Amino acid sequence: MITKRIIPCLDVKNGRVVKGVNFEGLSDVSSPVSLAEYYSNAGADELVFYDITASAEGRALFTDILCEVASKIFIPLTVGGGINTIEDFDRVLKCGADKVSVNSGAIRNPDLIKQAAMKYGDQCVVISADVKRVDGVFRVFAKGGRENTGMEAISWIKRCVDNGAGEVVLNSIDTDGVKKGFDLEMLQAVCDAVNVPVIASGGAGCVQDFVTLFKTLDKVDAGLAASIFHFGEVKISDLKNTLRQNDIIVR
Amino acid sequence: MIAVVDYGVGNLFSLTCSLKTVGADIVVTGDKEAVLKADKIILPGVGAFSDAVKKLRNSGLDKIIIERAKSGVPLMGICLGMQMLFEKSYEYGEHEGLGLLKGQVVSMEGRLPSELKIPHIGWNALHFTENETDLFKYIEENDCVYFVHSFYAENCEDSVVATAEYGKELTAAVQLKNIYGCQFHPEKSGDVGLKILKAFCEK
Repeated sequence: MITKRIIPCLDVKNGRVVKGVNFEGLSDVSSPVSLAEYYSNAGADELVFYDITASAEGRALFTDILCEVASKIFIPLTVGGGINTIEDFDRVLKCGADKVSVNSGAIRNPDLIKQAAMKYGDQCVVISADVKRVDGVFRVFAKGGRENTGMEAISWIKRCVDNGAGEVVLNSIDTDGVKKGFDLEMLQAVCDAVNVPVIASGGAGCVQDFVTLFKTLDKVDAGLAASIFHFGEVKISDLKNTLRQNDIIVR
Repeated sequence: MIAVVDYGVGNLFSLTCSLKTVGADIVVTGDKEAVLKADKIILPGVGAFSDAVKKLRNSGLDKIIIERAKSGVPLMGICLGMQMLFEKSYEYGEHEGLGLLKGQVVSMEGRLPSELKIPHIGWNALHFTENETDLFKYIEENDCVYFVHSFYAENCEDSVVATAEYGKELTAAVQLKNIYGCQFHPEKSGDVGLKILKAFCEK
């Protein structure tokens, strides 16, 4: 059977990996290439690179770094951040990315997912949604979690999948950076609504959080995290061993 | 010299980097002469079957690949490249393949338990069959490789050397004499994938 995936996420700005807590207070961690190599050797099943650069120079630098990573690391790479046009898809796919994740770009232009899926196939297009509870309703946030779009999240995600997104990354703003576990309630709602792989993001603080995730929600395919991996609080090899001991199939 | 056939389908960046990593002497080419001269051929491919086969035929490369394969040159098809080695594909219609291997390519739709997601995407374990192969000399049974596909080859009992379990045993790799194929992406399958490429490159 398909294994459950463990995915470290690397936020890249000006050529360096950074990670914010609740999206604020970014701190420099390490070089994307050496971190990617480290994770690949440690048993990461896939890597996600988010480009959080705003400038054109930063974007070019990100693309160069992506090429360097993809020439050395032979596991699936997903790229997100600053993906607004079909040309952006082209730019990162040429550098060895396998999947492209869209967030604000899809909110601004809902046709982007349809166009990209037609051109590159559903398997290539990932909808990444930053979601937060507002008065008891799941709402989609844009611009790195700073702006409430007012859209109801589950119907938004479903619409993106209907348009051709082949995978969903659900990032709960409510649990992100809190390190008390994934947002199981929010994930359950998304899993019930779509029939494509769902990647849980936001909230992992320890190995047990991943066990709970996969034991509670059979339909979740992968767990994504950043700082707990970058700072060595959770080692991927230990995590996978514990998952195996709990009868969760991993690579 | 290994020719990686470039016929305008998909992106060959990761594949060429992974082949260089295992020390292979490669040329990425759509030139008939270069493919004719190569002592091994790799046929990659992503996207739609009919499109890819049409491009290959229009370029005239199909005949050269068939001729070289029949004369004993090691040939490896990857993903859609593997599917094209078979007689036929039923991906949106009915299309002739290169006919180097017996079997057909069919959709997972309606042939897998309904709760399984299609495409089959992710890391899955290889189960070796009784057919012999030298492709796996550096890896072990149950090693995982990375799959992305919605169609699979069937009725290929004489060539299937590995399967992956996804509701049923799906054809994962084939070999018949000098003709090889991987449904998965060795260039995205970490060390295991590199070891499979290395084994082929040493042929």
